[in-house]
Amino acid sequence: MNFWRVYRIAFQTIVTKEILRFMRIWVQTILPPAITTTLYFVIFGKLIGERIGEMEGYSYIDFIVPGLILMAVIQNSYANVVSSFFSTKLQHYIEELLIAPVPNWVILSGYVVGGVTRGTLVGVVVTIISLFFTDLQINSYSITLLVFVLTSILFALAGFINAVYAQSFDDISIVPTFVLTPLTYLGGVFYSISLLPSFWQDVSLINPVLYMVNAFRFGILGVSDIDLVVALGIILIFIVLLTLFSLSLLSRGVGIKN
Amino acid sequence: MAPLSHPTLVLVTALSIDNLRKTYRNGFEALKGINLTVEAGDFYALLGPNGAGKSTVISVIASLITKSAGRVSIYGHDLDSERETAKRLIGLVPQEFNFNMWEPVEEILINQAGYYGIPRTLAYQRAETYLKQLDLWDKRQSQARWLSGGMKRRLMIARALVHQPQLLILDEPTAGVDIEIRRSMWTFLREINRQGTTIILTTHYLEEAESLCRNIAIIDHGQIIEQTSMAKLLSQLNTEIFVLNLDQPLEVVPDVPGYTVSLQDGRTLEVEVLREQSMNDLFSQLSQQGISVVSMRNKQNRLEQLFIDLVDRSSGSVSS
Repeated sequence: MNFWRVYRIAFQTIVTKEILRFMRIWVQTILPPAITTTLYFVIFGKLIGERIGEMEGYSYIDFIVPGLILMAVIQNSYANVVSSFFSTKLQHYIEELLIAPVPNWVILSGYVVGGVTRGTLVGVVVTIISLFFTDLQINSYSITLLVFVLTSILFALAGFINAVYAQSFDDISIVPTFVLTPLTYLGGVFYSISLLPSFWQDVSLINPVLYMVNAFRFGILGVSDIDLVVALGIILIFIVLLTLFSLSLLSRGVGIKN
Repeated sequence: MAPLSHPTLVLVTALSIDNLRKTYRNGFEALKGINLTVEAGDFYALLGPNGAGKSTVISVIASLITKSAGRVSIYGHDLDSERETAKRLIGLVPQEFNFNMWEPVEEILINQAGYYGIPRTLAYQRAETYLKQLDLWDKRQSQARWLSGGMKRRLMIARALVHQPQLLILDEPTAGVDIEIRRSMWTFLREINRQGTTIILTTHYLEEAESLCRNIAIIDHGQIIEQTSMAKLLSQLNTEIFVLNLDQPLEVVPDVPGYTVSLQDGRTLEVEVLREQSMNDLFSQLSQQGISVVSMRNKQNRLEQLFIDLVDRSSGSVSS
């Protein structure tokens, strides 16, 4: 028995299932972020943005584009895993996976890649929409892509942990509403932290989303409030910690077994 | 049906459970040291009243519950040290529906095959084989939520077989299924057992267990209280009550020496027959009195009588 072949097929099965799931309901998964982001571009970029003027040497709409793309990626990577894995638990078809010879790391990576795929798809859609409002120039394709993928992985993992602990549909909406959205909005999507008083600049530094938004903005515009190496280091540390924690939850069967 | 390949059927233990214990965090002791052996090729009944621990045993075997202590091995593969190999050998039909109701029937099978590392082309072939055998082929594109209760049960059987397990565990597979479908499921299960698949069955329909299974274990309060062959267990039955339907109505209870007889209505007699007594003698005595019997049946399923006795005895010993 070639276990690696078994793992590969199991992984592909989970990923395919996840992609089919969110594509089947594209009106709920792909369309809303496209509409929301268009409204952001129209209202904050065009109507209000033109009165704000430049930020960090860029027009306001150009400045907020990276943050808006990343915000869509964060929300959708998270939402995909939290809703899918919670449904799997709720309807007990998690048992299909638990009885099969699928190691925990394959289950986790399958769900994370499913989340990253939806995040990527939505990110691409939002990027295409942004081209109608700005002349998007990419400073560094490699950094842009790296931050895009790492951020998506991080929030897919966070969504997984939320789903493991969730007992009801309320539990999967509380974190996005009361934690994720404030962190994203206060994470430098719409402003540079250099505009804040020094105390609030220091407070902003404890927000992990700030590092991702700024690293992504550096990839696209070449400007950032945060040192790129520090930002990438923090993202990687979070990914490692959340991965280990997720695997530990699966191995102990928290929220799944017993 | 695709031929199953089971090269290790002879004199092999399919399932070995040694001192299995499960205590939940709230202190409830669901399993109190279960020991169980099921030989390869057997059709084995695991019976017990509600809450006795049957589903807990099954959930531990299927890795759905973490055991507190003990050892479980499947065809010699330890569930702790050779988990993935052991898991490949098990197929589970759980008590509750546990598939994605929004997924098409065929996709449920293809995905399950994928979790076992079966390539998609082969998975499609297997899905076709089992869906046809279980009369679900016409429904392959339907979402599972549109299936009837009986179809959903059959879908779970097809899903459990798609990786061709050597040990199939059925947790009340015919619950809520009409008698016609139940009989057809019995025929199907007998056939896959005949082809070499070891089957463990839990059911509340005791005539189902008596009809299908060769060996039996009865579990109560988290302990095995009986483990024997079906034939041996049934031979323990000392008394059977037969219901006789008569040709002509009777006014009074007939006197049949050696037998306890009661008249239920004019045309129905109930006769208690001891194990050592002869049915020929009973019929001969009735015939001499001009009583003609049209048909006869057991008042109660034979296994049911024994089951109730054993569980009552077990409950008595627990409470004392």
